[in-house]
Amino acid sequence: MKFNHAIIEKNVTLLAVLSLIVVAIGGLVQIVPLFTIESTIEKVKGVRPYSPLEVEGRDIYVREGCYLCHSQQIRPFRDEVERYGHYSLAAESMYDHPFQWGSKRNGPDLARVGGKYTNAWLVAHFVDPRSVVPESIMPRYGFLADDALDYRDIAEKLKTLRAVGVPYTDEMIANAQADLEAQNNPDADAKGLLARYPKANIAAFTGDPKRVDEMDAMIAYLQMLGTLIKFDDYTAKDLQQ
Amino acid sequence: MAESGTLTMAAARPAERYVDDAIRAFTLTTLFWGIVAFLVGVYIAAELAFPQLNIEPWFNWARLRPVHTSAGIFAFGGNALFATALYVVQRTCRARLFGGDAMAWFLFWGYQVFIVLAASGYVLGITKSKEYAEPEWYTDLWLTLIWVLFLVAFFGTIVKRKEPHIYVANWFYLSFIITVAMLHIVNNLTLPVSWFGSKSYVIYSGVQDAMVQWWYGHNAVGFFLTAAFLGMMYYFIPKRAERPIYSYRLSIVHFWALIFLYIWAGPHHLHYTALPDWAQTLGMIFSIMLWMPSWGGMINGLMTLSGAWEKLRYDPVLRFMVTAVGFYGMSTFEGPVMSIRPVNALSHYTDWTIGHVHSGVLGWVAFIVFGVVYHLVPVLWRRGQLYSMKLVAWHYWIATMGIVLYITSMWVSGIMQGLMWRAYDSLGFLQYSFVETVAAMHPFYMIRALGGILFLTGGLIMVFNVWMTIRQVEIPEGDSPLLRPATANQ
Repeated sequence: MKFNHAIIEKNVTLLAVLSLIVVAIGGLVQIVPLFTIESTIEKVKGVRPYSPLEVEGRDIYVREGCYLCHSQQIRPFRDEVERYGHYSLAAESMYDHPFQWGSKRNGPDLARVGGKYTNAWLVAHFVDPRSVVPESIMPRYGFLADDALDYRDIAEKLKTLRAVGVPYTDEMIANAQADLEAQNNPDADAKGLLARYPKANIAAFTGDPKRVDEMDAMIAYLQMLGTLIKFDDYTAKDLQQ
Repeated sequence: MAESGTLTMAAARPAERYVDDAIRAFTLTTLFWGIVAFLVGVYIAAELAFPQLNIEPWFNWARLRPVHTSAGIFAFGGNALFATALYVVQRTCRARLFGGDAMAWFLFWGYQVFIVLAASGYVLGITKSKEYAEPEWYTDLWLTLIWVLFLVAFFGTIVKRKEPHIYVANWFYLSFIITVAMLHIVNNLTLPVSWFGSKSYVIYSGVQDAMVQWWYGHNAVGFFLTAAFLGMMYYFIPKRAERPIYSYRLSIVHFWALIFLYIWAGPHHLHYTALPDWAQTLGMIFSIMLWMPSWGGMINGLMTLSGAWEKLRYDPVLRFMVTAVGFYGMSTFEGPVMSIRPVNALSHYTDWTIGHVHSGVLGWVAFIVFGVVYHLVPVLWRRGQLYSMKLVAWHYWIATMGIVLYITSMWVSGIMQGLMWRAYDSLGFLQYSFVETVAAMHPFYMIRALGGILFLTGGLIMVFNVWMTIRQVEIPEGDSPLLRPATANQ
């Protein structure tokens, strides 16, 4: 029997259903296996959920659209690895809702910016980027230090993140507010914080341990980026997907 | 397509008038949002050349960038798609819009509310941070409602049709509406922190979220900015050129191949990332294959002018449409080239991508919209002809100059920066610091901003021309174009 396209052209339901089937195939083949193939996310130690202050910092990073100029995804090229550090693993963004890999570098990659600059340098750079990098085209973000951080709903945020798959424990949620304040205060008892969030940076990031402002949260987030995995413990073969 | 001549239904005498009031409104908002998109684009282009222009916090570059992209794609492009989809489906089906004026006006106001909610949110810092899907959960829900009603109106009109065949333009519009619904819903699944706050967290994370996002993101290009605008091409180029579509068979192959292949292309946005290699390879292969249906469509559009090429000499409206198809061909060739992994290694993260996108959105999307709006305004307002064809020609040349400056400067700055990143000196050290590559791009950022200013100038000329056209005297009711045999001026 000869196929006649007119059959489809005369039946709008058929046309709509066939279109939907045809456009659904590609996505199903490419997306579903990423949830089922276990090697998609490398087995590495050290990646942990963000601390409460880091969550707030990350939310500000999202709010300000930082990902529009800064990628967080180092490609496995000689120049990128020398410039930024070890290439990025899927495991490193497994708790990122949503991912922040970015698509354009108006500024440098930030996947491993943690520990590269001092807190004081970052503060100066946020307030006036051109005071420390004269050729920089980055906007000023001094207002982050003016605005006190509103963290009343931090426990709700952790609960929501747990609902979408981040393994926050009841203990983490119960201590969310205290942990947030402790990370900004070098004099506070940080034993619980560090047990729950190993390697968390503790500092009065912008200088005042009594007051948590938005820039404190932002810097706490930046200073942990890319610092969680000890790459010396792994060979290239261990990291294959 | 031999039958397409009859589809213009010379003898059509609908019992009641087509629903056109809201289409006129959609046409005007197309122009309004177009100017907004071009203006914000010029401003953020200038911010990259002169960072002092950033005014914290509301007018910092990264808060305005989604305003520019959403205004361009969803406000300018989206209003043009609503206007033309609702216009074309009624005429090619010889049926009044399903749901009538109430439906059309609800779609109109509902969609404008969506745009305002989204854009004001970005400036205030309300964003999900998924590119081209930035609006937060409540805005997404509102758009879902509008979109489902759009589907109901479009589908319902086709069901009511008096023509046995569904015209090819409607295949493209229909698949665009269905696919965008699928993409929008799947990509935007989020969990709000509170029902009374704007913040939400996307249900996917990391590598899976990246894949879902670029499956969405690339097909926002593929279906919103391509398939739907091809629907425009399939109706308005034959109309304006007064020639049937070149090949019926090619339009069938074009349609099914395009919608099948496009969906697979997303992973080329994630080359050399932590996305597994098998997915990257699939994305690359399908992107290269996509070149074929894209050029099939271009050939079908351009060859429709067979025997009518001389019209390009004196009809600048047709010139806009045909140049658009030319740019479509160019950017759908460049795209597959950039999806090849070693090429992408150089182009990714640089301005080359920005230049590529703009050859598509300025050259293809905006130019076909300009052509179609110039064609439609005298028809919708029953004004006989445009106020000035000379101004259309001025618009055409100024905008073309703008595009050329834009894409050439971005080619140079993108390829230059990509090469500088990977340059080594004779001792084996990286030759340039990152910020040296930024400083090197300054002249090209100024050229790009100039290109944008030219494009904006063309848009303002258009607004003036359309305004003056509408101010002309209306053609008497008895001579309604609806009741006249179809002509190119209709």
